[in-house]
Amino acid sequence: MNPMDKIFSNGKAFIPFITAGDPCLSFTEELILEMAAAGADLIEIGIPFSDPIAEGPVIQAANIRALSNGVTTDQIFEMVRRVRKTCNVPLAFMTYANPVFSYGIETFLKNCKETGINALIIPDVPFEEHEEFKPLCKEFDISFISMIAPTSENRIKTIAESSEGFIYCVSSLGVTGMRNEINRHVEDMVKSVKEVKDIPCALGFGISNPMQAREKAQYFDGIIVGSAIVNIIADHGLDSIPRVKAFVKEMKAAINSLSS
Amino acid sequence: MKKGRFGTHGGQYVPETLMNAIHELEEAYHYYKNEESFQRELNQLLQTYAGRPSSLYYAEKMSKDLGGAKIYLKREDLNHTGSHKINNVLGQVLLAKKMGKTRVIAETGAGQHGVATATAAALFGMECEIFMGLEDTQRQAMNVYRMKLLGAKVHPVTSGTQTLKDAVNETMREWTKRVTDTHYVLGSVMGPHPFPTIVRDFQSIIGQEIKEQMIALEGRLPDAILACVGGGSNAMGAFYEFIKDKEVALIGCEAAGHGIHSGKTAATMTIGSLGIFHGMKSYFCQDPYGQIAPVYSISAGLDYPGVGPEHAYLKDIGRAEYVPITDEEAVSAFEYLSRIEGIIPAIESAHAIAYARKMAPKLPQDQIMVICLSGRGDKDVAAIARYRGVNLNESNG
Repeated sequence: MNPMDKIFSNGKAFIPFITAGDPCLSFTEELILEMAAAGADLIEIGIPFSDPIAEGPVIQAANIRALSNGVTTDQIFEMVRRVRKTCNVPLAFMTYANPVFSYGIETFLKNCKETGINALIIPDVPFEEHEEFKPLCKEFDISFISMIAPTSENRIKTIAESSEGFIYCVSSLGVTGMRNEINRHVEDMVKSVKEVKDIPCALGFGISNPMQAREKAQYFDGIIVGSAIVNIIADHGLDSIPRVKAFVKEMKAAINSLSS
Repeated sequence: MKKGRFGTHGGQYVPETLMNAIHELEEAYHYYKNEESFQRELNQLLQTYAGRPSSLYYAEKMSKDLGGAKIYLKREDLNHTGSHKINNVLGQVLLAKKMGKTRVIAETGAGQHGVATATAAALFGMECEIFMGLEDTQRQAMNVYRMKLLGAKVHPVTSGTQTLKDAVNETMREWTKRVTDTHYVLGSVMGPHPFPTIVRDFQSIIGQEIKEQMIALEGRLPDAILACVGGGSNAMGAFYEFIKDKEVALIGCEAAGHGIHSGKTAATMTIGSLGIFHGMKSYFCQDPYGQIAPVYSISAGLDYPGVGPEHAYLKDIGRAEYVPITDEEAVSAFEYLSRIEGIIPAIESAHAIAYARKMAPKLPQDQIMVICLSGRGDKDVAAIARYRGVNLNESNG
């Protein structure tokens, strides 16, 4: 099965995000394997960036921790290569335009393919700038994931038409981070997408607990959680793996508890 | 050239959440820039409120002292709020008002753009929040208080290097949080399209006036125009009218800090490379993995790791030249202009004065040089005193 189809083949997908190298790369490697074992359907690996403008304080701090440990894009590729020896869960990179551009978009994508990355998410590359990245992604068989936001409105149709893999739906205005209340109208986004194209929709930004996840999973094909996991890592450091693993299991169970 | 591009530079690299706001801005700008009543209102404000046209002053003593080219100063320091920033801010806040926005937010480095934005917000009765690096709030404490006096809320930014770059990050984040009623008044010719074009257009009055005034005074165009460049708004404003006049040399003076090889510099054009950041493709100070480098300059307004995309293009095609000026050269020029002309320049503008001191003596006396004196230096007096080891603490005086 195509790895991108596999993500949504086992009920509603749970998609955790972590920042590579937070607090160190050997930890990240182990965490990816454990999250895969706990039922994660796609793992988003953040390549840290000095100035992550779409992130709230929790993930900003993770970026700083990783970078101050000297983590580089090359080391992250090597980590992915090691993970891929034993893990076949789909993997995505999430990063910003500059780490990809300055590496050389083509070389970056070639390395993605070689090491076993399946998808790429870049929040500061909107539809208007896809042309620079997307054709090359196609060439290397990497899904370039499109994002839609609560403000997208008339843009949803155009974005959905050209989308591939799945659509990353941004739940709320603002940056990443845990929120008590998620926008009540997020399900309208899914409707607009599905009118145009039958493509899975995953919801991210702000979801932090099983209750929120279960409620929103009624409308979405997948749930993405970043800050809540990164927060566990921030609090418990190298000892956080069992806690993250338990959280992933709980979330995967929660989002599938209504649909079956 | 593709829309919103200057050669390879420019573009719209921002999160999806902001895209509709950016398109809305582009459409509104496109409509109002040619609308007579908007232009009339803006020109009225520029004249009666900001004090335009600013004078083109013949710096006779400085010219004679340097013994070469004849030097004119374009006195943007005489504008209301003390710098060229007001030109852009009046245009953008008026535009925001027309668009039905009720709140403006802005980044600021030295505080000049923040003060100008707070001023326009007060004038137009709009809510105003300014983001300023914590380090800059300390370097420019007086400007922080000015903004507060004008009714703005000032948020010290504690992320990253706590300077201009981080203030831009935080203002962009704030804009994604509250985009519907809020306009981001970007302060320089940078960021995603249409900002570099909008800011350039609102600042291009500087160059238009220089041209008219120079023809009236000397009957010809100048041989060179010098301006400091951080993001590059005063330079773009001064240069734009002259881009087609190939005989006029355009020279941007960027902040070298402790020196271009010292690791404590903000000389983007000299040491930077092509990248994508803050919504635009342009030159940036960065490491081999594309991490934006911490930069340094004594001048908070030039302490920025990138440069506007149109400047990057002018450099690529060889139409403009960009030179690095160190802290020491800038401080020395700050003192020089104060003494020789009785004009205390902003430390940013002093970078252009510094290059004029190197360049003017090499030119024949029939050549004419215009320096854009982008701002006044009152805000820098305390920092320069500290740099020179002078204690201004009055209780000790």
